[in-house]
Amino acid sequence: MLKLFGKAISVEGIQAHRMQVSLTTQSNLPVPLRQGKAYLVKDGTIPPGFDHYIVFETRLKDLPEGAACTVLDAEFLYLDDQDVISLGQDGHVRSLFRANSPHNSILLTEQCNNYCLMCSQPPKRVDDHWLLNEAMETIRRIPRETESLGITGGEPTLFGDNFIALLRHIKNWLPRISLHVLSNGRRFADAEFAEKYASVQHPDLMVGIPVYSADPARHDYVVQAHGAFDETIRGILNLKRLGQKVEIRVVLHKQTVSALPELAEFIARNLLFVDHVALMGLEMTGFTRANLDALWIDPAEYRQELSRSVRILRAYGLKTSVYNHPLCLVNRDVEPNYVKSISDWKNEFAQECAPCTRKSECGGFFSSGIQHGYSQSISPFQ
Amino acid sequence: MSKFQPITCYTNQTSQYELLPFRFEALGDDDVVVTNAVGEFSFLPRPKLEDLVAHRLPPSDPYYSRLRAKHFLRESGDQAALELLALKTRTKYANLRNFTNLHLFVVTLRCDHSCQYCQVSRQSEDKAAFDMTRETAEKGLDIVFRSPNQAIKIEFQGGEPLLNFDLIRYIVEKAEKRNQTESRNLQFVITTTLALATDEMLEFCRDHGIFLSSSLDGPEDLHNKNRPRPGRDSHARFVAGLQRARDIVGYDGVSALMTTSPSSLGRVKDIIDEYVKHGFDGIFLRHLSPYGFALKTKSYQAYNVERWLEFYKEGLDYILELNKQGIRFTEYYSSLLLTKMLTANDPGFVDLMNPSGAGIAAVVFNYDGDVYASDESRMLHEMGDSTFRLGNLAKNTYEEIFTADNLLTALEDSFTSSVPMCSDCAFEPWCGADPVFHHAMHGDAVGRKPESEFCKRMMGASKYLLNIMRTDQEAEEIFMQWVNRC
Ligand code: SF4
Ligand code: SF4
Repeated sequence: MLKLFGKAISVEGIQAHRMQVSLTTQSNLPVPLRQGKAYLVKDGTIPPGFDHYIVFETRLKDLPEGAACTVLDAEFLYLDDQDVISLGQDGHVRSLFRANSPHNSILLTEQCNNYCLMCSQPPKRVDDHWLLNEAMETIRRIPRETESLGITGGEPTLFGDNFIALLRHIKNWLPRISLHVLSNGRRFADAEFAEKYASVQHPDLMVGIPVYSADPARHDYVVQAHGAFDETIRGILNLKRLGQKVEIRVVLHKQTVSALPELAEFIARNLLFVDHVALMGLEMTGFTRANLDALWIDPAEYRQELSRSVRILRAYGLKTSVYNHPLCLVNRDVEPNYVKSISDWKNEFAQECAPCTRKSECGGFFSSGIQHGYSQSISPFQ
Repeated sequence: MSKFQPITCYTNQTSQYELLPFRFEALGDDDVVVTNAVGEFSFLPRPKLEDLVAHRLPPSDPYYSRLRAKHFLRESGDQAALELLALKTRTKYANLRNFTNLHLFVVTLRCDHSCQYCQVSRQSEDKAAFDMTRETAEKGLDIVFRSPNQAIKIEFQGGEPLLNFDLIRYIVEKAEKRNQTESRNLQFVITTTLALATDEMLEFCRDHGIFLSSSLDGPEDLHNKNRPRPGRDSHARFVAGLQRARDIVGYDGVSALMTTSPSSLGRVKDIIDEYVKHGFDGIFLRHLSPYGFALKTKSYQAYNVERWLEFYKEGLDYILELNKQGIRFTEYYSSLLLTKMLTANDPGFVDLMNPSGAGIAAVVFNYDGDVYASDESRMLHEMGDSTFRLGNLAKNTYEEIFTADNLLTALEDSFTSSVPMCSDCAFEPWCGADPVFHHAMHGDAVGRKPESEFCKRMMGASKYLLNIMRTDQEAEEIFMQWVNRC
């Protein structure tokens, strides 16, 4: 697992409380482009003219006069050309964007109006507008040719008009990017807000919205919010009425798997016009670990429900993907919809996987799963 | 103390709920099926139904969540349920706005076959007496392009329409020319036995994207018995014609329809095998209609709806068996009903629509210029009853034809949501109005449903399909594939 944030060994030249830095490894970068960039010293060469140099483990002596230097530990060696990081005066380092990863997303806020049992990013009740401002700045630094970007939270739509402004900003600065927003969808029940969202007219924008059950009470329980189901469904209807792309996301755990086929039927019957349905394995982070008894179920135990649900969704022509599952724990009939999916920075395999002949097709496990418990039913393909 | 609340905090605290409109029907002694206006259904043990209507079904009951999810009951805050019901209702009736899609041109009554159940055809050399003229066809096209529908289907019927292929050619070319400015989604179909199809005709079909709807009644002996023609070679000609049509027009350019004659009844598997053998991916187990020669020759009375249902059930079971062996094969009558049971769409099948599709979804131009509300209407006319003759192309305007009193009255009278028995029937969302049939059999557009063969067939088939879905999950999934195939 990659270390995405941590403490620097030492920092210098950070004027503000925190500051974003665009990295480069190009020692022959034309001089006008060197300003405002930090040079990543990986191979010992030290070209002149940069404001800032990032080095690893120990401070170098022969840096240009007056240049600032930040020392990171070796775990940050993955940082590369065109990446964006944030450096704090207090030494906090956060990786904001990695140019060679297909899984970049911007955490827009930690606030949320749901309180999901399995939230991987437990909500905080603090004003974190600074994250939104930081995102505006990051967008300007991201390479123009970037193909995709995610916006996550918390609940990004809680910023209301400022969230819409961010979308416009992204459209202006990164017009060719494929953008994916994770939202609980409730805010879109407000038709006026949905219309504002649609008015951005982003050419490639999808919003992923979780629906956990066809039974409103169960959905409300999973997200720990009264009336959430009703708002979420009305939100989806508003978005589709306005021609927006919507993905339905279902996290599979003990509270959602037994009625999964009913949910599949509900989607087929009522929400046939959504663009994608994602059925996702449980990640062992955040609240999940606090609610483990209520949530954990070995994927081996719900493979029949998963198969039937996939067959239903497929029969109705719904584009369906099964994410975050070990390949050996889904029935073979699910394979056409199986996606090797776990984000690169948190993907690992178990010891048992060593002899498996299909490892290269398998999504494996979240690092958190390897750490905190995973299925005892995995059986390597021979 | 956990900061998380248990599920009981999110279930209805007051136990009060509101019923959304639904109807029910017994399935055996212990169970009922409940259905709502958009065709959604759920099975319930009878005592649960009693609890439901008495407002005492507890929120903790699994049936409670299921019924809430399927919009049979709602709690006070449930807005989405109403929005979804409204949306699905709009979807179900969306086609009505488009008005007429299907226009049948009876280009000739002449035919080379003399099928005993055929309603209208003539063995005659007299072209002048039984062929449609160009002048009449032109008037027909005027009406076609008055239709507000963006999608227009022109179907050539007979008799054997290939006997007047010159007129088909004329109409297709004229229609295409007009369509250069009209820009409709224009489709053509010829209903033919293929017996007289020449390569030249097939090439014309290929070049103009004309779809061929042919007839296959079963294995050779049965087919030839049903469809006599000089030389007793109807089946052989069909097989040869099918091959050539697939070669020239394309595999998907030709389909087949069967008619259930009395001799078909014991042979449903043979018939299905024949379809499978010729590479069709489905069959319409069609009952005989009570018109024309069929009625005269008593072949209609040769079997009743109960006997047809047996035939249908045996066939459907066999088709499901085939599907379970991995052969994708659809039974289309079931598929029409299932589309309404399992999706929010209406397949728009003229005989199974509400309001009836007669005259508004489809209209027939007879060879002599008479306009009928449906194919059955013109057969009825052949029997001396002109109730559903809407006018004549030579004499009447578009407005006169489509606002003909007898049409509007029949449509309104037969609207199933208000017809006695239908309005209370659990199967009404899947059913349709057939004013022409009921007029023919009972003397009025409404008919008496307890005696109606249409109603019995519909109820029998629906119940059979429900029972399959209740007991056989694999079959249910096969059905889901059928209804989403096209
Ligand atoms: S054994 Fe490991 S690598 Fe193989 S399919 Fe299972 S989880 Fe994947
Ligand atoms: S015709 Fe029969 S099955 Fe159809 S709605 Fe009327 S009563 Fe019900």
